[in-house]
Parts: sequence; structure tokens; C-alpha cells
Amino acid sequence: MKQFLSFVKKEFYHVFRDKKTLLMLFGLPIVQITLFGFAMTNEVKNAKIVICDYAKDQASQEITRKFEANKNFKLQRSILSYHQIEREFQKENVKLAIVFPANFNEDLMHLKKVQIQIIADGSDPNTANTLQNYANSIIMDYQMELMNIQKLPYSINTEIRMLYNPELKGATTFVPGIMALVLMLICVLMTAVSIVREKEMGTMEILLVSPFNPFLVIVSKAIPYFLLSLVNLAVILIMAVTLLGMPIHGSLLLLVAESALLIICALSVGLLISNITKSQQAAMLISMMGMMLPILLFTGFMFPLENMPKALQLFSNIVPSKWYYIIVKSIMLKGLGFAAVWKETLILVGMTVFLLFLSLKKFKTRLE
Amino acid sequence: MRSLLFLLRKEFKQIFRNKALLPLIFVAPIMQLLILPLAADFEVKNINISVVDHDHSSYSQQLISKLTASGYFKLTDYGSSYKEGLIQIEQDKADLLLEIPGNFERNLIKEERAQIFLAVNAINGVKAGLGSSYLNRIIKDYNSEIQMKWINQHGESGNSLIDITSSNWFNPYLIYNKFMVPGILVALVTMVCSYMCALNIVKEKEMGTIEQINVTPIKKYQFILGKLIPFWIIGIFVFSVGLFIVGRLIYGIIPVGNILLLYAYLSIYLVAILGLGLLISTFAETQQQAMSIAFFFIMIFMLMSGLFTSIESMPQWAYVIAKCIPVTYFIEVVRMIVLKGSSFADIQEHFIIMIGFAILLNALAIFNYRKTS
Repeated sequence: MKQFLSFVKKEFYHVFRDKKTLLMLFGLPIVQITLFGFAMTNEVKNAKIVICDYAKDQASQEITRKFEANKNFKLQRSILSYHQIEREFQKENVKLAIVFPANFNEDLMHLKKVQIQIIADGSDPNTANTLQNYANSIIMDYQMELMNIQKLPYSINTEIRMLYNPELKGATTFVPGIMALVLMLICVLMTAVSIVREKEMGTMEILLVSPFNPFLVIVSKAIPYFLLSLVNLAVILIMAVTLLGMPIHGSLLLLVAESALLIICALSVGLLISNITKSQQAAMLISMMGMMLPILLFTGFMFPLENMPKALQLFSNIVPSKWYYIIVKSIMLKGLGFAAVWKETLILVGMTVFLLFLSLKKFKTRLE
Repeated sequence: MRSLLFLLRKEFKQIFRNKALLPLIFVAPIMQLLILPLAADFEVKNINISVVDHDHSSYSQQLISKLTASGYFKLTDYGSSYKEGLIQIEQDKADLLLEIPGNFERNLIKEERAQIFLAVNAINGVKAGLGSSYLNRIIKDYNSEIQMKWINQHGESGNSLIDITSSNWFNPYLIYNKFMVPGILVALVTMVCSYMCALNIVKEKEMGTIEQINVTPIKKYQFILGKLIPFWIIGIFVFSVGLFIVGRLIYGIIPVGNILLLYAYLSIYLVAILGLGLLISTFAETQQQAMSIAFFFIMIFMLMSGLFTSIESMPQWAYVIAKCIPVTYFIEVVRMIVLKGSSFADIQEHFIIMIGFAILLNALAIFNYRKTS
């Protein structure tokens, strides 16, 4: 036990001596929470639009003013000809163009039927879709005003209640995702690299010839990162609650326990990577290139998992952070207890045991 | 010049000798490009909806069949109480819960207005927002349908109608892949080049082999060029494979604009991003440090560059940060040239800014690189 403690102490020296890495370790979650909490949004705001008005009469001006007043749109300028629209799109400035035909007002009043054309820049499908919806509803509003019949019979009122996240804050989706992402990546990366580094430097050999159990050598390497990750978790949670006003409805203890489970799972992934690679570069590339984007995508907090092809949905099952994400959402936001997440917890435990077993099998006490 | 050639030969030998690294440089990005765009799909389909219908009238049935016929929604549960529906949401089996009160039809006809109740699982912001807006639209459509019927029956015709026709240019069917593939390709090329470049130099530092180079008469700029050129070539290669083989053959994305223009921009961009790698390497003493610094920046780049969310929607301060990231410009340029066929005149500003980045980052790196410690 005393031996083990002194090994852990050695590892802590290694970690704390490297101030730059340490700064990154703690800076990363803070920066991410700030970015996700305040900067990233799925809403579409300030979209630049142009209006191509062949009519320039009362009705077209009124609709134009409505667009001007809407905060989702930023009216660039009015252009005169249809052919200029494509040029405007190509300059990336403009997301939507609205075309009024000539004699717009007259047709509207006398023929009772008139066309407006909305052209969206489809290269960004999501924005295009959203903006078309906004534009549609602005024009429909105008039409309703025109018809001057608010008191139509048979009207259905929809009362919408947003459960768990009444203000539709982006942070609510992102924070559990960031917790999964940061804990997972940092643990995998740091353990893998710190072990492979000893291999590369040749100091591993010295450790292995010591009378100490070789596997405990490795375990002692993981402990500092385990503790650091818990500190990171605390930082994320404190920031989420104080800065972003996120609730923790469920039991904090359970949340921390589940997080500890994910950390252990990630550490075992790191162990496994360190066992199968020989150079730091390879270990890093596997854990960064190979894991960053997949974790970002398959955790399910950026893109809904249900939309993916079946094969990828199946694949997402082996990403531990996916299960953790479900657990965190249930505990933090829905306030559910252990009874609701035991299945996910069991899966995470299973993964961890399997990974540890695998790395134990692969672990070689001899260097060739 | 001759010593530069020797340096280059050394670098290429080192890169191609490392059998563990090669697949990671060449195969991993391509594999990711194959898979990730399939996963990164914002188009929301299959929204699970649970309906609680207390009314069981013809109007409520009509409304429900409208919902299921729209193609966006999947009726997962047809429960009898709100509580039951809420459990569905808690277990993530339903995203939306629609409750139609008991006297829906009677209220609609006698009192001329009726309430329905919609609960949304708002944890998943995208799905909640889109799902409830789709649902609202369908309810509104249904509503105006029955209202129109009423108007026609009561002879109050003659209302003006505005007919809205909408179209999407450059991507008429709104295929999300077309938007994602170029963006992800940029992200992958950026990651490969900046990591590899930073790690490569720091490895020489850590191993001590940089001392051997430092004592030779090789000049600063020769050493840096020797490190830059191999990764520049790798970057071009990975980008080409991604664009022509994966993008074109698998996703059927044929660049609309001028390919030469795209490559001109790519070559400047690579110089800038390799400069960043160099700069990181001058700050780091160990590979672990270099990696954590690179990771820190790449993470911010990925999230802020407009790869996933549009930068115009960000608050002002975040927009300014996004504009200080080279990746932002390249993602924009690739999408502009590949999807919209923008010409040089449209992106000259982007060119000037990227040249600025390239000069600034490399100048800082060379300034910071010391042959003696």
C-alpha cells in the first residue's frame, strides 16, 4: 500500500510539474461551457435578406417593413433585378431573397390572387428551412391583417408547455453533452499518453523491473487523472448552476457517482490505447482524431441519434458517453432517481469491466 | 536549396517509415468523412408523439390522422391519460405529448374556439423547437382548412389570397450532406495538418534530435520549410482524396465552382494552419503539452467555425471570435466554391484575410523558434 501511494505521488508530481498541460486541462471545460452556454445557438438570427421588388407599391412596402421589424432578419438592401439575386447569394452575404412581382398591390386588391416568391440559399439546408418558415408566417400574418377577420369561428388554440426547459435554452442540451465530452476525452487522452510516454522514454522499463506489481504501476498512473476529472466535473457543475442557471433536479450524489463511473470507463479506454500503441504520436492520433468527432456526434447532443442510419445508431451504442448523456439528462433535468437509469448504468459498468479485462489481457510486462 | 532537399528527404522517410502513423494520417480521415456526414443530420424526422385523446370525436380523429400523415411524426402511444403520456416522455419514448380535451368538438362548434394542449420534451432543443413548430403548422393548416370550409359555406368569399412559392437554390432538395461534407473535410484536414506538424517538431525536441539539427549550418527558415512542406503535401493529398473520391463518388457532390480557385485557397490555408502548428510547437516542450494546446484550440475551432451552427446567429462577442479563426474562412470558402460556384471576385476578401493569417502565424512561429535554448 505504501508503495502504491508513493507511485501515485510520483504521478502527481509529473502532472503538476507540467503547468501548460494543467492549464489546458482546466481551461478547456471552462471555455467550452462559456462557448456552448452563450455562443452556440440553433436559432437563426440576423439572417441577411434581400428584397427584389418589381412592384414598389403600398402592399409590397408594408410587407417589406414587416421583414425589417423582425429580429430574425437583417434587410440588406433592395435590389432591382432578378438576375442580381444569384450574385448576392454567391457572395455569402445573403440567405434569403423575396421577390414581389410587378403590380403586386393591384393584383392583390382586384384579382384577389397574387404570388410572392421566396428563394432561399439551400446550401445550408437547416437555415434555409427555418428562414422559409419565418418568412411564410410573416406573410401569412399580413394576409390575416388584410382579411381583417380575427373573429373567425372554429379556431383551435394550442397551448404549448416546454417541459424541463421552459425557455428552450441551448445550454440545457449542451451542458450534459459537454460533461460527457470533456470527461471522456481528457481521461482517454491523458492516461494513454502518459503511459506511452514512459514507454517511449524508456522509463517504463525501470518501473517494470521494480518489485511492484506491474498492473498497479499502470493503475497508479490513472489515479491523478481520475481525481483531476472529478475536480473538472465540479467546475463544470458549479459553472452550469451559477452561470447558466441550470437546475440539478435529481440527487447530486448519484450524479457524481455516475460521473465517476464514466471517468473510470474512459480511463480504461485510455489504458487499452496505451497498450496497443508504441509512440505518443500514435496514441494521441487515435485518441484525438479517432475519438473527438465520433464522441461529439454519437453522444447525441449535437445531432439527434434517431435521424442516423440504422447501422450508425447501432454503432452509437458502443460509445460510452452516449449512455452517460442519457443518465445525466435524466438525473439533472428530469429529476429521476436510480430506478430510471439502472439499465444505462449497468451498460456502462459492463463496458468498463470488459475494457479493463481486455487491457489486462493485452498488457505486456516485457518490452521487446 | 540542397540542404532543404536533404531535409525534405529525411522528413518523408520518417513519415513513411512509421507504419503505425500512416493509416492514421491517410485512412482515418477518409473513414471519418465516409461516416460522419451520415451522422450529422439536422433534418428532423421521426419525431415520436404520444397522443391523449379524451374526445374521440370526428374532429379530433381528423387532426390526429393529419399529424401521422405528415411524415414528420410517429405515433408511438395512444394513451388515455396525461399522466401516462408524461411517463412516455420521461422514458424518452415520446418527444411530444398532445392532449385533446374531452369537449373539443363541442367547444369548437358551440363556443367557436377550442383548446388543445401540447407538452414538449424541451431537453433536446433542436427536436423540441422543430417538432413543436411542425406540429403547430399542421394544427394551423387543419384549422384554416375547416375555417375555409365554413367561409365557403357562408358565402363570404372574395378574400385576397397571397400565394407563396418557395424554392431553394444551389441545393434544391435540401440535402444535408452537401452542406456537411465540405465542412467536415475542412475540419479533418485541419486536424491532421496542425496536430502532425506540431507533434513532429516537439518530438524532435523531446528526443533531443533537434540539438543535432541545431548544430548543423541549417538555417532557421530551411528547418521550418523542411517541416512545413511534407505536411503541406499531405494536406493537399488528403483534401483531394476527400473531395474527389469520397465527396464525388460516394456523396455525388460535384464542385460547381472553379477547382483551381479552390486549390489556390487551400494552399494558402494550409500554410496558415501549419504555421499554427509550428507556433504551438515552439511553445511546448513535450508532446503531451503540444497535444493539449493543439486540442484546446482545435476544439474551439470546431465549435466556433460555423461547421455545425451558423456564426451570424451568435452574440456579437462570439461572432468576433469566430471571425478570428482561420477555419471559419476556409469552411465558408469551400462551401461557396463547391456548392454555389462563387468566383474570385466574391472571395477576394477571404483571400486577403487568409494571406494575413499565413504571414502572421508563420512570422510569430519563426520569431519564437530558437536554435539555442
